[in-house]
Amino acid sequence: MKIVTCIKQTFDTEAKITIENGKVSDQGVNLIVNPYDEFAVEESIRLKEKNGGEVVVVSVGNDKTQEALRYCLAMGADRAVLIQDPALENGDNHSAAVALAKLLADMEYDLIFCGKEAVDDGAAQVPSRLAEKLDLPQANVITSFELGDGQATVTREIDGGTETLEVQLPAVFSAQKGLNEVRYPSLPGIMKAKRKELKVVSLADLGLSAEDVAPKAELVQAELPPPRKAGRVLKGEVEEVVAELVKLLQEEAKVI
Amino acid sequence: MDFSYTDEERMMLQMTRDFAEKTVKPLAAEVDKNHMYPRQTVAKMAELGLMGVTVPPEYEGAGMSNVCYSIAIEELSRHCAATGVIVSVNNSLACEPVKLFGNEEQKKKYLADMASGRKLGCLGLTEPNAGSDAANLATTAVLDGNEWVINGRKIFITNGNEADYCILIAQTDKSKGHRGICAFIVDLDNPGFQVGTLEDKLGIRGTSTAELVFEDCRIPRENLLGELGKGFRIALTTLDGGRIGIASQALGIARAAIEDATAYAKERVQFGKPIANLQAIQWMLADLTTEYEAARLLTHRAAYLKDQGQPYAKEAAMAKLMASEVAMKATTKGIQILGGYGYTTDYPMERYFRDAKITEIYEGTSEIMRLVIASNILK
Amino acid sequence: MSIVVFAEQRGGTLRKITYEVVSEGKRLAAAAGDSLKVLLAGSDVAGLAEELKKFGADEIAVANDAALADYTTDAYAAVLAAYIQQENPGLVLLGHSAIGKDLAPRVAARLDAGLVSDCIDVKFADGDYAFVHPIYAGKAIATYKVNSAVKMATLRPNVFPVEENAGAGSVVDFSTEIPAPRTKVLEVKQQGGDRPELTEADIICSGGRGLGNPDGFQLIEQLADILGAAVGSSRAAVDAGWRDHQFQVGQTGKVVSPNLYIACGISGAIQHLAGMGSSKCIIGINKDPEANIFNVADYGIEGDLYKVVPALIEKLKEVKG
Repeated sequence: MKIVTCIKQTFDTEAKITIENGKVSDQGVNLIVNPYDEFAVEESIRLKEKNGGEVVVVSVGNDKTQEALRYCLAMGADRAVLIQDPALENGDNHSAAVALAKLLADMEYDLIFCGKEAVDDGAAQVPSRLAEKLDLPQANVITSFELGDGQATVTREIDGGTETLEVQLPAVFSAQKGLNEVRYPSLPGIMKAKRKELKVVSLADLGLSAEDVAPKAELVQAELPPPRKAGRVLKGEVEEVVAELVKLLQEEAKVI
Repeated sequence: MDFSYTDEERMMLQMTRDFAEKTVKPLAAEVDKNHMYPRQTVAKMAELGLMGVTVPPEYEGAGMSNVCYSIAIEELSRHCAATGVIVSVNNSLACEPVKLFGNEEQKKKYLADMASGRKLGCLGLTEPNAGSDAANLATTAVLDGNEWVINGRKIFITNGNEADYCILIAQTDKSKGHRGICAFIVDLDNPGFQVGTLEDKLGIRGTSTAELVFEDCRIPRENLLGELGKGFRIALTTLDGGRIGIASQALGIARAAIEDATAYAKERVQFGKPIANLQAIQWMLADLTTEYEAARLLTHRAAYLKDQGQPYAKEAAMAKLMASEVAMKATTKGIQILGGYGYTTDYPMERYFRDAKITEIYEGTSEIMRLVIASNILK
Repeated sequence: MSIVVFAEQRGGTLRKITYEVVSEGKRLAAAAGDSLKVLLAGSDVAGLAEELKKFGADEIAVANDAALADYTTDAYAAVLAAYIQQENPGLVLLGHSAIGKDLAPRVAARLDAGLVSDCIDVKFADGDYAFVHPIYAGKAIATYKVNSAVKMATLRPNVFPVEENAGAGSVVDFSTEIPAPRTKVLEVKQQGGDRPELTEADIICSGGRGLGNPDGFQLIEQLADILGAAVGSSRAAVDAGWRDHQFQVGQTGKVVSPNLYIACGISGAIQHLAGMGSSKCIIGINKDPEANIFNVADYGIEGDLYKVVPALIEKLKEVKG
């Protein structure tokens, strides 16, 4: 069984965001594997452990992204491919999906896993865009995965509930929290990761031009949201405070 | 000179930080309050390979560097100093002497058992009348046919209540002084052994600090560790390495105090502004952070020297001396910054404070550290 | 030029987000001088077109086909992509709902269109659209321009006001070849009983670690029932196993923006604030005076939630008669 897992390196979710020249600054920010992608990596490794085969982690990024890929190798993935190119630096979801699709087109795979979205831009576009470019079925936001014969049965989150889907393979799946519990890389895993293959490829290597991956959506500017002002803390006996609160909600905030 | 992390150092940091935050931290208060040995955490750490960090893979260890080991102990101790020292004792005081001085059979059995975490180890050195003065031991081992017969008492033994194996330092020939001391590997599943008094302690309350009682405890002749009469050397070498572990534990405690105090100072409002705006607080945090960073560099350098196979006894002593004193200072000032809240058990600061003190005492007091450093300078 | 809105229905009922997206589509169409076209897809949904007329669409295209009974990516993407190719609009809007999130990027990739997800504002000026989308879970706000001929966006639920408008509202049939879907819906489970869905709710009552135990949510549910609110939870309560992840509000959970958000026993970690910081009114109930929730709450009550919440329930019962 051959599994390809797409990951993105993102800011730590606790990172403080600062803006420089209309862009989010990455100065001094701790970088991690996008948390949802970790669920994807974990599921891929579990499937390989159960059924044999290979897990290849792939990403679009820069020099630092190698750290994220090494982390996945330490968790138990077999090899990694990084697509790195100056033309992708200001890319959007379209750019990433086009590059990944071209890479995957020449690879063998039975399953493709992604995280349901990246915690940085929160766009949730790459899994579906990738599936479309590869002409594969997709199942997004899955919380369970069961491999069948030529198909998989998954549960996915929908608004206000869940849906069970049968999906023809190969297909693209995007992982949601709840799919599994992500392992820590073991110390022997960390040592082995050093010796695993991590290949860096450029757009030219993939036979793509800068134009092919030119972003369709361009950032005009990023800014910090206006700070939310602290309101007032109501003090006194519980009954009085509650009465005051209800009055404020009715008359001042007008929300009930 | 290169101060950047290698790939495995970075991953070790990321993994242990994450593990400590999610698995160690939630239990830390309970471990302390109820004197609870964190058995499940130890099992998880064993699975990850943390019980034999620097032990070669052929003996079921991870084969990593001492710098990686230091990083791991610091991260675990950041949230629970008791958990940190359980790991440190198994690695530095139990695995390390077998790794350095054991024969192939001993490594295959005992080292692999401890490095994999199947068994837990401890070091039996301190006695009522022999602490820092390790040469003055009263525990004896007498050869009787194919067995050593051990009699005596060891006190203050970390992991003593849970340990399966003990690296025991005992006297085989009192007349020879230092040269009459030997090291043994004792399987504690032995009718001649029992755990005596368990200490009630100020800090690191999740660890046992036990009295080990040996009464005609018979062990196989081949369980002599290293050469006959080299036990004193083995004990000193083991303690040199152990100091890197304790320095790292102290760094974890110091960082806990500094991080918590910093976060509190930014939130706590007095006179209409956060107390972090007050220079009195700023200077405390600046000093502590500087001293913590200095201690960390000393510790990593000692670990680096050990990895390079160079002499590191002086550097390990300097690291432990500085890191333990920074831990004590940082937790003292940490309580000061938190004020009344810092003195209550609502915040973990008072636990950090209680845990910090032992780092100035065990595996060689600060005074012994100065002695070691001075003797290295003046020799 | 036209603006196309995808009208989302599930099980033959229009979703609240549909009214929001159509209303915003109408406002943008008026600003840009474009016509508004709505695509309604499903099986036996023709009746819903009447309902949609109230919101000012110039044309409502109905793709009525048994193959569209269940939402499947393959079938719906085929219909929406074909409709966009027929109409060649300048802008396509969907809701940032489970369906919109699944469908929009698939269709965008098919048309090589730029897509901005999860918009909280769309502006039209100087002949172009600017799309405003919170990034880093709301810790920053980004504005994007899209350079493809067809521009696409999904709109965050509960942000865009619903507004009725007059419009021609002519209803036309739309049909295209629908491929056999490669996914099959085996079962759909709706949860939460009568309570509104989290991202759609006007009021959300949330519980956190401060509840102390999973049973504490019964109290939160009582409060929610009086207010007709949804019940949310902090990550701490989910991690403790007290509540399922689908109820989690925050950076790694749902992003919500109700009119009223009541945080009970929630400290207000930055990850949680990222998920509910855009609520119009926030109430924090916490016994820790230092709790961060008080830094963002419009009204804070410092006290034991097991005293405050029951008193609040009583008072609300009294007020609501």
